[in-house]
Amino acid sequence: MSAISVRGGTATTEAGPGADADETGRRRVRTKRPKLPFRVRLRRDWPLLAMAIPALLLVIAFNYLPMFGTVTAFEYYDYILGFWQSTWIGIENFQALFADPNFWHAFENTIVLSVVQLVLYFPVPIGLAILLNSVLNSRIRSFIQAIVYLPHFFSWVLVIVLFQQMLGGAGLLNHLLLTHGMNAWNIMTDPGSFKYLVTAQAVWKEAGWGIIVFLAAIAAIDPALYEAAAADGANRWRRTWHITLPGMRSVIVLLLVLRLGNALNVGFEQFLIQRNAVGSGASEVLDTYSYYYGVAANNFGLGAAAGLFKGVVSLLLLYGANKVAHFFGEDGLYRGTK
Amino acid sequence: MSSALSFRTRPAKSKGFQSTRKRPVWEEKPSVVGQTAKGATLTLVVLFVVVPVYAVVLTSLSPQSSVNIAGGIVLVPHGLTLNAYREMLQGGVITRAMVISMIITIIGTIVSMIVSVLCAYGLSRPRSLGHRWILMTLIATMFFSGGIIPSFIVVADIFHGYDQYWALILPGAVSAFNILIIRAFYMNTANELIEAAKLDGASEFRILWSVVLPTSKAVNAVMALFYAVGYWSAFFNVMLYMPADSSKWTLQYVLYTYVSQGATMPGQNAATAFAGKDQPAPLSLQMCVVVLTLIPILVIYPFVQKHFTKGMLTGAIKG
Repeated sequence: MSAISVRGGTATTEAGPGADADETGRRRVRTKRPKLPFRVRLRRDWPLLAMAIPALLLVIAFNYLPMFGTVTAFEYYDYILGFWQSTWIGIENFQALFADPNFWHAFENTIVLSVVQLVLYFPVPIGLAILLNSVLNSRIRSFIQAIVYLPHFFSWVLVIVLFQQMLGGAGLLNHLLLTHGMNAWNIMTDPGSFKYLVTAQAVWKEAGWGIIVFLAAIAAIDPALYEAAAADGANRWRRTWHITLPGMRSVIVLLLVLRLGNALNVGFEQFLIQRNAVGSGASEVLDTYSYYYGVAANNFGLGAAAGLFKGVVSLLLLYGANKVAHFFGEDGLYRGTK
Repeated sequence: MSSALSFRTRPAKSKGFQSTRKRPVWEEKPSVVGQTAKGATLTLVVLFVVVPVYAVVLTSLSPQSSVNIAGGIVLVPHGLTLNAYREMLQGGVITRAMVISMIITIIGTIVSMIVSVLCAYGLSRPRSLGHRWILMTLIATMFFSGGIIPSFIVVADIFHGYDQYWALILPGAVSAFNILIIRAFYMNTANELIEAAKLDGASEFRILWSVVLPTSKAVNAVMALFYAVGYWSAFFNVMLYMPADSSKWTLQYVLYTYVSQGATMPGQNAATAFAGKDQPAPLSLQMCVVVLTLIPILVIYPFVQKHFTKGMLTGAIKG
């Protein structure tokens, strides 16, 4: 399974769109058609191209222009002069960046948070999906699904406000602790436990939604396998271990690849919002570093350098994770054209 | 958790997850302990989500006296009042923020959907000119981004978007991921229908409008919800592009400033808060803002929720 199938249904022969009526026909041996000249294809396909143009323009303006805008990382950026005329200072920004202990601290925080989230967050949706799948009653099942999907649609501000009200200094938990004669513990402002707090928030917000792909993977497992295993004397746990989990394997590997590739994306708004409460020591990650040193402290070159560093390392991580997936015989995120 | 596994008595590809299953005859009976543990776990999971939402809604509806009794967030109602909402919707920053958020969400969702649906259809016909290149151009944006600073510079300095509402809409209007999902769904539209329409002389727009869109309601609904939630939830773009002018803030930024960061709400201070008996508690006012950000999601969610599995998975888990 691959997440992005560019090849799906786009064979190499040059027939008209839909001329080869069935989509699944791509596995068929095809007779080679003569390639139509460019002008004929343009006359035939221009409405389709025209449809793609608005999206393409937006992507060029707001995704590609910023990519070229990373030249700011090599400049002393002055907004009056813009990209083109600002003074080119080479790798000075990077020298300043790598000499800044705050940057390395943000980098370290990012990695630590990523590992904590991988260990504590990743297994939750898998377990929840298996558990939910075992509920036989469809009413109960869809009710639980509807409830656990919901927090995915809440904004980070909302999620954090809810956590504040439940666990914060004036929140429910501390009220209960105090009225029962225990010491208050303000989790929301405790830098020591912050990494577990943000992971708990991520689990609360996204783990429910995360089960949707795992449920689909479980649903695709051939039920006859379970019956055969039961006939051979495998109990529930053995069947889960030997049938359900292997059935989910490719989805798990794919999501793991994505998670590793996104190791530096631990969440941005979540940290921005809580930075005042716990301080920058615990909450500074690469993205907030880039924002605070760039936009807020007006050192655009340094901020852009941090952003570019993160972008390049992320790309390498994704590439590496995908290679690992191939090594284990899975498709991972993409596979070169066969 | 005794039946951590369930056994399907239905073909894997049926709409099975919606239907109630029977326990197959060969499966062992679940133990009481296991069933209890499973029920308790699932109840706990549901409570984790429901209780905070319930407490927040109840607090927003509670008079000062019950907030005092509860010593903060209210779990047990002692009388309900709409005073907080009345005060909140009298005008001022919060009312305006809500209107602004609504308008941005509606316009943004319309723009995003038009652009994405057109693009997805334009790229969905097999073997059309250049579609692979365009697809690659879109996909590349999912793996590399310039980062926050260059995006800010492009929007604020090159396109002069500082303090402009469009800066809250256009930069995030297109999601390559969403386009890929819509495209994958459209590619499943029966080709015979499209061919028939073509033989009848329908233009590509006509085919999209009359053949493809009506047969892909699930994915359209889910994607519209995704985009709408994206616009509704955004707060950082306000922080970037219009942090100074509170008359342009969206509801999420108001929530961030007055509730999450605890700034004093306009028109609210200790004197007015305790002036009269009818005066809503400051906490109720804050929770009222929280509820206002919740309402649109809770209203739309049930209608789209049933499409999730179909809309998401036909696109995402394919190939």
